[in-house]
Amino acid sequence: MLQTELLPLRDPNAGIRQRFGRLLRGLGPLGCVAASFIVLVLLAAILAPLIATHDPEVGSVARRFQGPSAEHWFGTDQAGRDLFSRIVWGARSSLIGAAAIVLITSVLGTGLALIASWRGGWVDALISRVLDVLFSFPNLLLAIILVAVFGKGLWPCVIALAVAYVPYTARVIRSVAMRERGMPYVRSPQLQGIGGPTIVIRHLVPNVAPQVLTGATINFGYAMIDLAALSFLGLGVQQPAADWGLMVATGKEALLQGHLAESFIAGGCIVLTVAAFGYLGERLGGRKAAGRTR
Amino acid sequence: MSVEIHGLTLDLSSSGGTARILRGISLDVADGESLGLVGESGSGKSMTLRCLLGIEPAGATVGGSIRVNGRDVRTLPDSELRRFRATEVAMIAQNPHAALNPVLPVRRYLAEGLVDAQGLEPGDASERATALLGEVGIADVERVLAAYPHQLSGGMLQRVVIAGALAGNPGLLLADEPTTALDVTTQAEVAAILSEERRDRGMSMIFVTHDLDLAAAVCDRLAVMRNGEIVETGTAAQLRDRPEHPYTRALMAARPLLYGKEGPRASAPPHDASR
Amino acid sequence: MPQHRPTTHPGSGPETPVIEALHVSRTFRLGRGRDVRALVDVSVTVAPGTCLAVVGESGSGKTTLARAIVGLERFDEGEIMLAGEPVRSRQRRTELRRRSRHIQMVFQDPNGSLNRRLPVRVAVEEVLEVHLGLRGDAARQRSGELFDTVGLGREHLDALPSQLSGGQRQRVAIARALAAEPAVIVLDEAVSALDVTVQAQILDMLDRLRQERGVAYLFITHDLSVVRQIADDVVVMRRGEIVERGSVGDVLDRPQHPYTRLLLDSAPRPGWVPRRRLNTKEDTA
Repeated sequence: MLQTELLPLRDPNAGIRQRFGRLLRGLGPLGCVAASFIVLVLLAAILAPLIATHDPEVGSVARRFQGPSAEHWFGTDQAGRDLFSRIVWGARSSLIGAAAIVLITSVLGTGLALIASWRGGWVDALISRVLDVLFSFPNLLLAIILVAVFGKGLWPCVIALAVAYVPYTARVIRSVAMRERGMPYVRSPQLQGIGGPTIVIRHLVPNVAPQVLTGATINFGYAMIDLAALSFLGLGVQQPAADWGLMVATGKEALLQGHLAESFIAGGCIVLTVAAFGYLGERLGGRKAAGRTR
Repeated sequence: MSVEIHGLTLDLSSSGGTARILRGISLDVADGESLGLVGESGSGKSMTLRCLLGIEPAGATVGGSIRVNGRDVRTLPDSELRRFRATEVAMIAQNPHAALNPVLPVRRYLAEGLVDAQGLEPGDASERATALLGEVGIADVERVLAAYPHQLSGGMLQRVVIAGALAGNPGLLLADEPTTALDVTTQAEVAAILSEERRDRGMSMIFVTHDLDLAAAVCDRLAVMRNGEIVETGTAAQLRDRPEHPYTRALMAARPLLYGKEGPRASAPPHDASR
Repeated sequence: MPQHRPTTHPGSGPETPVIEALHVSRTFRLGRGRDVRALVDVSVTVAPGTCLAVVGESGSGKTTLARAIVGLERFDEGEIMLAGEPVRSRQRRTELRRRSRHIQMVFQDPNGSLNRRLPVRVAVEEVLEVHLGLRGDAARQRSGELFDTVGLGREHLDALPSQLSGGQRQRVAIARALAAEPAVIVLDEAVSALDVTVQAQILDMLDRLRQERGVAYLFITHDLSVVRQIADDVVVMRRGEIVERGSVGDVLDRPQHPYTRLLLDSAPRPGWVPRRRLNTKEDTA
């Protein structure tokens, strides 16, 4: 209270430079490193065709298991494919999959949460119980069941994981929305006889949006790991496509023969990206926003 | 216990820049005297108390000196500062619910202070706790001792907090809006207890409040604060009859009167309204 | 028993009361047989252009009464009439809309009463749209006029709540209430969270609005001094019941009920000395 009275007011029209400065301060030094790394991965994914030095899916057995060289920066895998190009292209499927999961989860979870909190009563009870049931399935198990039904591949995995994540998002957003719903700024339009959908969209959505956003950032990391796990198990992205999780799996056999590069580099990419997203989400709003406790 | 604050300044820096919260506060409290620090929100009255205890918020830069019984508490070594906080001053805050651990009964709250800070035997501590609660006007002591904070009303809890504050026989009591969260009848009760106990024990007190009349009732002298400065100091009668600073006059005039003719109410006092 | 005294409202005549609540009761069931009787046979009447204060401490039922009257809370028994028309305990949206033309509410919390992510004018404009069908420039124009009325500069129309002080936010809330041009506004501890200098200004403004527009107030508060400033009549509530009612002069200067006297004795004022009561045995919360 004291601070808000005396500190210089926050100006919504502050210059871009000022806003950017505030963002950087909010992120902290490590946060800036994490953000830079994510930008790097994003660029790799977007510009993969330009950056990749070779076709990621074609190789020659004659060139299998080569070490790093000027021709192959990270070396080659057991099929003789260029590892650098596969990492670059792999960023694409890993990021697209995770992004799709987070998008679906956020929209679905937020929507359910808002409906539950606005309608209350039996609607809330029904939605909450269904989500509780979903909660009790381990994410991967749910995904495996869905894959068994719809077949292997990236998209069945994405849909399965998105569904599995909905309860996490919905639960948190519901509690935030419940709190906001009782506030006078929501009560007042309600008393005017303004329709529920209007109030929800005009008043509730902007006030839960920050939680949705930080939740999404943290979930992104989990989504990448779970997708990689599914690829590793052979349920997700299929050979010969490039995908980090898949590369960890195919590199597994090479490990036994003493060729560490494929698994290690792909695994490292996963770990670093997930860590970067996790840290960023933490700085932006905290783990609570994602509803995760583990 | 006497307090001399001289030229106290506090700057608070945050991502939005640096703001000067206290602009050179100087005040004295004589041994056994009670001083009311009166001001509106943002005047810096609570922050002054926090500086006295050395618990200013992160990012604060403090200047000036605060002497308690002649020692500058700002330069005390950590161990002595801890002892100062534990045994010589006691703080009573606005919200008693925040002062007590919700999962422990009242008995444990009081025993903690008596056993850990005072070094009493548990048996003696229990006896002392009973006596203290009696002093702050609690009739059914046993029930209150066994109760958890959520089972008691705000007024009852604030009495428990006062009992806990008295437990250490402090020479200086710091009260930060101790009755603001209470109902008006409870406020009168708690204010009475606080001011009687203080007088009987010869403690000094700094009483922070936004309510001039309440401060006048429990304090010997008042200091009116605004925007991090003390604008005027004097007895309640002086401030009421011969207020010198325009802000004191505005504050006096703004009070809604319970009795007497409705005078011309303050229109716009020099600050606020449109900021 | 409530003590009834004849009261005269300035300007009250044969007009229909803007609010008439008759024998309203409400019990909260907390389960395990623990019931809280929040309202017990409460009757209040507000004549056009007058101000009725409802005063009481926490748990007195004063806020429950206000919420029941505006339709935020059900009531179990009794009848509430707005402008002579009975309202049901549960409303549909169309009925809320019709009623909110007549009655508006201002809440205590100046922080929560406005959406912190939208410019404050939206709060006023959405009311204008619903009740007067104003949109776009017309709504903006009218919002500006309302801001003038409540003593806020038009430059604040596009401000976010965080850029305004508590008093200014409460002015916006009052502008929102006025937007529907209601006959009566329910103010639930609307000035309690404000500094006294700001409180005085808001009370002055409310007084002025009443004279200029003839709007009536149902003024919920715990503060008897504020009652003296603003109200014509007052009811004193305790544990869901009305213990005393009458004109402000009668009740504050010649209180009949011991509880009213206790409230008056407890209120800080010049020359006041707080005293301990003898019986400090407490009602458990």
